Amino acid sequence: MKADITLTVNGEAVRETVEPRTSLADLLRDNLRLTGTHLGCEMGACGACLVMLDGVAVHACLVLAVQADGQKVETIEGLNDSGLIKDLQETFHDRNALQCGFCTNGMLMSAYALLAGNSDPSRDEIRDALSGNYCRCTGYEAIVDAISAAADHRLNKAKGAQ
Amino acid sequence: MTSTDHIGQSHRRENALRHLAGRGRFVTDLALPRMVHAAFVRSPMAKGKIVELDVSAAAEAPGVVRVFTAETLNPICAPWTGTLDHFAGMKSAPQNMLAEGQVLWAGHPVAMILAHSRAEAEDACELVLLDIEDEEAVVDGDAALVEGTPLVSEGIDSNLCFRTVLETPGLDEAFANAAHVVEDSFTFGRHTAVTLEPRAVVADFDPSTGQLTVHHGTQTPYQFQDVYAHQFGLPDNKVRVIAPDVGGSFGMKLHVYNEEMAVVAASLKLGRPVRFVADRLESFVSDVHARDHRVSARMAMDAQGTILAMDVDDMTQIGAISTYPRTSVAEGNQVIRLMGAPYTMPDYRGRLSVVFQNKVQTSQYRAVGHPIACAVTEALVDRAAEQLDLDPIEIRQRNLVADDAYPHVSATGYQFEKLSHHAALAKLREIMGYDALRAEQAELRKQGIYRGIGIASFVEITNPGAAFYGVGGARVSAQDGAIVRLTPSGEVHCAISVTEQGQGTETIIAQVVADQLGVTPDQVKVTTGDTDTTPSGGATWACRGAGIGGETALRAGRRLQAQILAIAGAVLQAEPATLALAGGTVVDKATGKERITLAEIGRIATYRPDTLPEGCDNSLTAVQHFAPTGYPFDFTNGIQASHVEVDIETGVTRLLKHWVVEDCGRIINPLLVDEQIRGGVVQGLGPAFFEECMYDDMGQMTNASLADYLVPMAGEMPDIEIAHIETPTLDTILGAKGVGEAGTAAAGAAAMNAVNDALRPMGARISQTPMTPLRILTALGHV
Repeated sequence: MKADITLTVNGEAVRETVEPRTSLADLLRDNLRLTGTHLGCEMGACGACLVMLDGVAVHACLVLAVQADGQKVETIEGLNDSGLIKDLQETFHDRNALQCGFCTNGMLMSAYALLAGNSDPSRDEIRDALSGNYCRCTGYEAIVDAISAAADHRLNKAKGAQ
Repeated sequence: MTSTDHIGQSHRRENALRHLAGRGRFVTDLALPRMVHAAFVRSPMAKGKIVELDVSAAAEAPGVVRVFTAETLNPICAPWTGTLDHFAGMKSAPQNMLAEGQVLWAGHPVAMILAHSRAEAEDACELVLLDIEDEEAVVDGDAALVEGTPLVSEGIDSNLCFRTVLETPGLDEAFANAAHVVEDSFTFGRHTAVTLEPRAVVADFDPSTGQLTVHHGTQTPYQFQDVYAHQFGLPDNKVRVIAPDVGGSFGMKLHVYNEEMAVVAASLKLGRPVRFVADRLESFVSDVHARDHRVSARMAMDAQGTILAMDVDDMTQIGAISTYPRTSVAEGNQVIRLMGAPYTMPDYRGRLSVVFQNKVQTSQYRAVGHPIACAVTEALVDRAAEQLDLDPIEIRQRNLVADDAYPHVSATGYQFEKLSHHAALAKLREIMGYDALRAEQAELRKQGIYRGIGIASFVEITNPGAAFYGVGGARVSAQDGAIVRLTPSGEVHCAISVTEQGQGTETIIAQVVADQLGVTPDQVKVTTGDTDTTPSGGATWACRGAGIGGETALRAGRRLQAQILAIAGAVLQAEPATLALAGGTVVDKATGKERITLAEIGRIATYRPDTLPEGCDNSLTAVQHFAPTGYPFDFTNGIQASHVEVDIETGVTRLLKHWVVEDCGRIINPLLVDEQIRGGVVQGLGPAFFEECMYDDMGQMTNASLADYLVPMAGEMPDIEIAHIETPTLDTILGAKGVGEAGTAAAGAAAMNAVNDALRPMGARISQTPMTPLRILTALGHV
């Protein structure tokens, strides 16, 4: 008793037949081979599997694939190709805000979602926004710095445009 | 003439770009043709006898390809035993993949199910009938040593794995003559690595050629090549281990685990790829745990506060079986040898008892032994300062080994080439604004705000030679190798045995090689992590990537430099000694004038070797291996400070700021060094405040999920300010030492001193980690 679902993933229409128990993360990783979405805990605690679902950052491990039927999913691959996180990618690179890279997908998703709603976050607000993103390697400070730098760049750009 | 343009520069990591684009290549991402998925039936009990194991229903379940038990799988693998000769008298039971007759910890794999999907394999696990006759589990190390306590496992004659004593002749006299003695007992909790990518392995045996390829998320691929070859009786050149991107390792992924061995065995049996990725629960009950020490210690001082001696007794609890191939004794061994290391302390006694119990194995994890030795030493130094009414800075100034007193041998026998404790202390005092913080602390106390400042000096072991494991008989390489070549178009490729887990190994190797060949780091492609394409070496463990890997790359680069200059000399009819490499070209050494490009050298040597003079060697590939000589280890040093605020009503500690002054010798890449330190500090703060594997008295781990086991998160962690002293080692040309353990080594010690500094006005004191709110309230007498 598999279910047919259709959804849009990174702008492409996708039709899949899945078991009801298949998570969105497993659909993305195993069926679509979009392996940039990572699994670290499969219980919504670590943030490695964050994706944008109809514009909201969600844990792909906690969403069933059938729940995403008819919706729009953006993964790290899609955000990368769209250029929407180019500035964050650059500041993360400059600041070495990643080591092993396993949490990076989730960090970028949280940062993207934060900056979409708060153009000038304080360091505390950035740390709060990362409260569901576990990173074992960096100690977080470089990630906070990188997000802060990207926010500054956006603000300066906006000022320059006025 | 060697350019040093790139060594010492903050080059960014090229391989970070893949991760930022979602294009990491982890073992967990790998899907191979014909691949099956493994799940394990695990013991639900900490100890017992297997009475019945019936897998017939599981074998018939949808999607199931094969089910293995000890009876059907273990015979193809030679058992392994985690003992080493240089730990005289140590013992441990032999191990094999699936439990044979007896289960030794809750989580011990009993049966393996292979199916077309992991979900189907897990479904089939539910159908296995496993009847275990429960036996009394040994869950406490002290109790384990009491006579009459059952043995943790068969194959041992007592629950004591290893015991040793280090003692100087003057120890008793030092305590007898002491003006002051301070003492305390400490408990350091059991915690674990929690790498974000769990352990992952895909084994792929091709029966048509006899080739075994294992994609393995590990930091030590050559070690596993050797392990698989030996345990399964294969020639090692038919075993290829590939460690692609690894989602965190920290020592945890260099041990031999039942599951990885079983996956290889299953692939050998089935002749098709087998995948195992631990889920988070499995990680908690099968990845090695760390620390778990109970330490009693005392320190003797004269009337001026000069440290005369330490007397330390460490009991460490390592689980049911010592790990292979490095053993579970190395941690305790380093604890008792690092005690008092920064100080001129002449006398010492350290006793170590390594004890079995029915829990997950403990073993090497980042900063092996350092956090325990540092926390005990630094807590007693602070205690001594309090007793003598000295400032914590002042007592350290009186006791740290003078910066001009090297070489120095510690009371425990470690040889220090040259360290910089006093320079580090002075710099720390300056960057943290120590005096202003003390004034602020006094002011805030009047308002009922309790802040604390904690300081911890440390020594870190880096660049280990064979003294670590090789001398004890372990097939653990202490040397590394590199192949550097000039491509036909004049670019550079370096294949090297040290490995990358995100710390920036490939970047620093590119920087080092670039400077030997007069090119830029982005012209140097670095390959790591594949035993078929890189020379054999130790890879990444105990802080050796920069110091040993960097030196290997440097020497390989110089060898290729000489070969290029010889060919250039032949082409240009010039003495090679009058030529040098710079800016991607061969230049005249005296004038810097360009003579011929590297691209032209590559072209001639590759496509027109016939135009070279007869007898001219056209090789543009250089191979170099390097094993450290001189001092057995290159020690580094540093000092950390922690600033905290303790809410005495709730017991919650807020981490306000952390400082580190570190001396890792010559710095190859300041950006990467600082981020190693920051990450290390947080990995030290985690177990100081949050991380603990909790067990009940039946030996069940009760918090084996990321909802229950607390890890340090962004909101709780402080900003970390870093400064450096640079004292290069003279043992190598490069002069670099390690930095990977430095942050973890002393962060917890500084934090514990800071919390106790905050609690001092209440007369309260804590000496157990993690320092949870409940434990702090208990120390305050509020609960």
